[in-house]
Amino acid sequence: MPRSISRSLIYLILIVIGICFLIPVYVMLVTSLKPFDQVSLDHMWQLPKAIDWGGYREAFSKLAPNFMNSIYLVVPATLISALLGSLNGYVLSKWKFKGADWVFIIILFGMFIPYQSILIPLIQFIRDIGLYNTIPGLILVHVVYGIPITTLMFRNFYASIPDALIESSQIDGAGFLRIYRYVIMPLSVTGFVVVAIWQFTNIWNEFLFAVTVTSSDKQPIMVALQNLAGSQVVHWNVQMAGAILAALPTLLVYILLGKYFIRGMLAGSVKG
Amino acid sequence: MSEVILTDKKTPARKTTLGSKPRKRKRMTGDRWLALAFIAPSIILIAIFVYGFIGWTGYVSLSNWNSFLPDFSFAGFDNFLYIFKDFRFQADIRNTIFFTLFFIIAVVVLGMFLAIFIDQRLKGEAIFRNIFLFPMALSFVVTGVVWRWVLNPSSGVNLLLEHFGIHFKWYTSTAVYPSLHIGAIDFGIPAAVIALVIAATWQQTGFSLAMFLAGLRGIPEELKEAARIDGASEWQIFWRVILPQLKPIMFSVIIIMAHISLKIFDLIYTMTGPGANFVTDMPGVNMFETTFKSNFYAQGAAIAIVMLVLVAIFIVPYLIRSRKGDA
Amino acid sequence: MKKGLSLLLGSIVILALILTGCGNSDSKSSSGSSSSNNGKLEIFSWWTAGGEADGLKALNSAFNKKYPNIGVKNEAVAGGAGSNAKAVLATRMQGNNPPSTFQVHGGAELMAYVDAGKMQPLNDLYKKNGWDGKFPKDLMDLVSKDGKIYGIPVDVHRGNVLWYNKKIFDDNNLQPPKTFDDFFKVADKLKAKGITPLAMGDKEPLGATTIFEDVLLGVLGPDKYKQLWTGDLSFDDPGVKKSAEIFKKMLGYINDDHSSLAWQDADELVANGKAAMNIMGDWAKGYFTSKNMTYGKDFGAVNTPNTDGSFMIVTDTFGKPKGVKNSKQVDKYLTELGSVEGQDAFNPKKGSIPARTDADASKYDEYSKNAMNDFKDNALVPSLENGSAAPQGFLTKVDTAVNVFVTQKNVGNFINSLKQASSSLK
Repeated sequence: MPRSISRSLIYLILIVIGICFLIPVYVMLVTSLKPFDQVSLDHMWQLPKAIDWGGYREAFSKLAPNFMNSIYLVVPATLISALLGSLNGYVLSKWKFKGADWVFIIILFGMFIPYQSILIPLIQFIRDIGLYNTIPGLILVHVVYGIPITTLMFRNFYASIPDALIESSQIDGAGFLRIYRYVIMPLSVTGFVVVAIWQFTNIWNEFLFAVTVTSSDKQPIMVALQNLAGSQVVHWNVQMAGAILAALPTLLVYILLGKYFIRGMLAGSVKG
Repeated sequence: MSEVILTDKKTPARKTTLGSKPRKRKRMTGDRWLALAFIAPSIILIAIFVYGFIGWTGYVSLSNWNSFLPDFSFAGFDNFLYIFKDFRFQADIRNTIFFTLFFIIAVVVLGMFLAIFIDQRLKGEAIFRNIFLFPMALSFVVTGVVWRWVLNPSSGVNLLLEHFGIHFKWYTSTAVYPSLHIGAIDFGIPAAVIALVIAATWQQTGFSLAMFLAGLRGIPEELKEAARIDGASEWQIFWRVILPQLKPIMFSVIIIMAHISLKIFDLIYTMTGPGANFVTDMPGVNMFETTFKSNFYAQGAAIAIVMLVLVAIFIVPYLIRSRKGDA
Repeated sequence: MKKGLSLLLGSIVILALILTGCGNSDSKSSSGSSSSNNGKLEIFSWWTAGGEADGLKALNSAFNKKYPNIGVKNEAVAGGAGSNAKAVLATRMQGNNPPSTFQVHGGAELMAYVDAGKMQPLNDLYKKNGWDGKFPKDLMDLVSKDGKIYGIPVDVHRGNVLWYNKKIFDDNNLQPPKTFDDFFKVADKLKAKGITPLAMGDKEPLGATTIFEDVLLGVLGPDKYKQLWTGDLSFDDPGVKKSAEIFKKMLGYINDDHSSLAWQDADELVANGKAAMNIMGDWAKGYFTSKNMTYGKDFGAVNTPNTDGSFMIVTDTFGKPKGVKNSKQVDKYLTELGSVEGQDAFNPKKGSIPARTDADASKYDEYSKNAMNDFKDNALVPSLENGSAAPQGFLTKVDTAVNVFVTQKNVGNFINSLKQASSSLK
């Protein structure tokens, strides 16, 4: 088959699949910009007659507090779990003790468990320490269950730092902490960016913990978005505007820092 | 497994780390304790929050706690017997099997071919890549909310398809093919699951695409050139050269997708709920509703334990293998 | 690397800007809701939107005027038509951290907490306020156990209502059905005209199980219907089988996409003329009026077939948990809830009728006035689907059975599932 034909065929296939992938985006955007009375099912594919921000206004007024809840949750949870992961990764890659690899596997397993299998005790525990229905409670949960993935990512990342570097620092008399602070940390910026993006996206998008640990005014945005659909008559324009608002931060991260986003995605999936 | 790391092109020195350790252990005793002290909190947290809690869930699953008040009297395996006889749970198992199967196939096949196409040094490569990758940045909740409307039988894509005289019932279909009567349920492929697979595939294909793309870029050009010189066709190159090189990646993608699929909750919960005749129910949704809406804590715990076992069947060998591969 | 970093910094700045931008508007709502109970009354409910939220606000502000020194904190939990709130409540009760008072359906749902020893009897409060005889006896039975009263009924909704699009009925010269025979005659005519006779939305179990319990009430009559939940009437009873057959026949007249719709979506079908009828509790009235439809002109309501003289009650009550702080203030709030003024402040806004029979009827709309009359002299029966008739565990199993039945339409299997489930009724 001549190369030019096969290349056009490839373009054609990619364009068709690409359009299919963009259909939901089109529906979201178009619907969110319509006033409610134009959001009838029969016209859902038509462009809005005039752009109407009412859906966004209403979605924003309903979701803004939850949006802030998500921010208060995501920022500390991301920072703490990245820091923990970095320390763990440092120890597990540069200060291996006997059985370190097994410890790593045991930690790693925590990333794959279905969280339903720890949910009942978790709720009891969070309640008993007085953090039920609080954002700090949710931060704690995300930090703890973020340990496996952040440890994995940093361990893989630090494995690429040559041991010779550590050894020469040791010869210079630097200890565990000094090496971490003056050798590892400066080399970890990319690692922190990748891990932070990963955790930011994951925690922002997480639903199961959010819906069980918090209620009403403490809910992160994803739960509020779901409740937007569940409680009253569904105003699809508000719904779609809400979905876009809820997706905006992670989309922004993807657009601005796509390279690190993808690197994190890959690093998070693979054992070193 | 470590082949997959090729993505990180700047990290060639991976394996040397392990071999060169033992020497300094003896020297830096104090620091070794410090290292242990720094990792200890994480180990303790994981020990409690993962293993301790799993044990506690197991304990609850063997108890009589099936009202809102805790009751830890021993029930033996009653809760497991109950859920395995239960219509809803049997439907869950059926749905999970077919959802997982189709979802994995769709994500692997679509991701791999898109990766191969995009790898052809096309113009606009970045645009295509981004179109397929961005859904990864969205949550399952957003995906569910959007696809609930796109695949709504009385609106959505059906309005477009009606021009061709096609009308799908999507996730409201209660049809099951071939509908073999096994246990309490009709066993077979629930048509409604296809709608869920479409939504989940839309969201996760980017992941497998990125993985395969990284893998493809790691295949040395010389391999393909050599095959071409030997007169192999592009198809033969694909089957004989590329595919074998992508195998470990495919394996990873399958494992990751399987564990996402077996514990899926948010997508189903926001998109369809359990569905008519439980055609779109999944163990994750069932567990949540049984436990927190109906207060059958022990039964919910039993469902959770079954889910854990299902995931562990995939994951534990994978983890152990990857450890061996790396040591 | 540098470029990425500056972008990251940029996005952090953007985040910070958003943070400060929204922070101000947000601080109000978050300061009023810290989870510690600093002397304020925590009023727990799932009244978060629409008329019920307005009603609660009206009630709280009336209370505030009377007792400006007692702080009231609205702890309403959104989502899942109350199921989220119930899960939160169960968790708090398990941890012995109850709210000051909470919304709970009268009957089995309240009794679950009473049986667990979590509630205080309110007989003294009733005596002190002279409330004896102000609430119907059947209703008091739902909040009492062994002579002790555990809840104050605030509102009453009716569960056995058939809503219809008046224009469709007028255009086709149809009368709203009074019996099952009428129903099927009307339904056949509508079907022949290409109109969906009965709109159903059973994405949540409410949509389908409501129809089934109303059919049960229609076939069995109020007395036998009640016996079903006390275990005095077996699910083997031919009446139950007949009900299942009728329910099955009704399912032949519903919309195709029922399983993707919530109850509101089903009413939407009635409102926009795509379907003619819907069976739902009378909170549906609020939906129709929100669509600018007028009762008696655009939409109508009759009792579901064969249930004239019966009133399926759905009632929200408030109880007093054991171990609450500031017990005296809680009593004052409960007194407000049980008073005529309190009930008349809340119910017209919510669209429900007062649980007291001596309320001021002039404050209510025409539909509610009729319902208030019926409430006085009809046989009152508890709703299963709304937590009054039977424990949650049984209800869950019935919901499962109904969900399966709607698709499979196998009467034998359905009766068997109900029978198995009924073993949990004692």
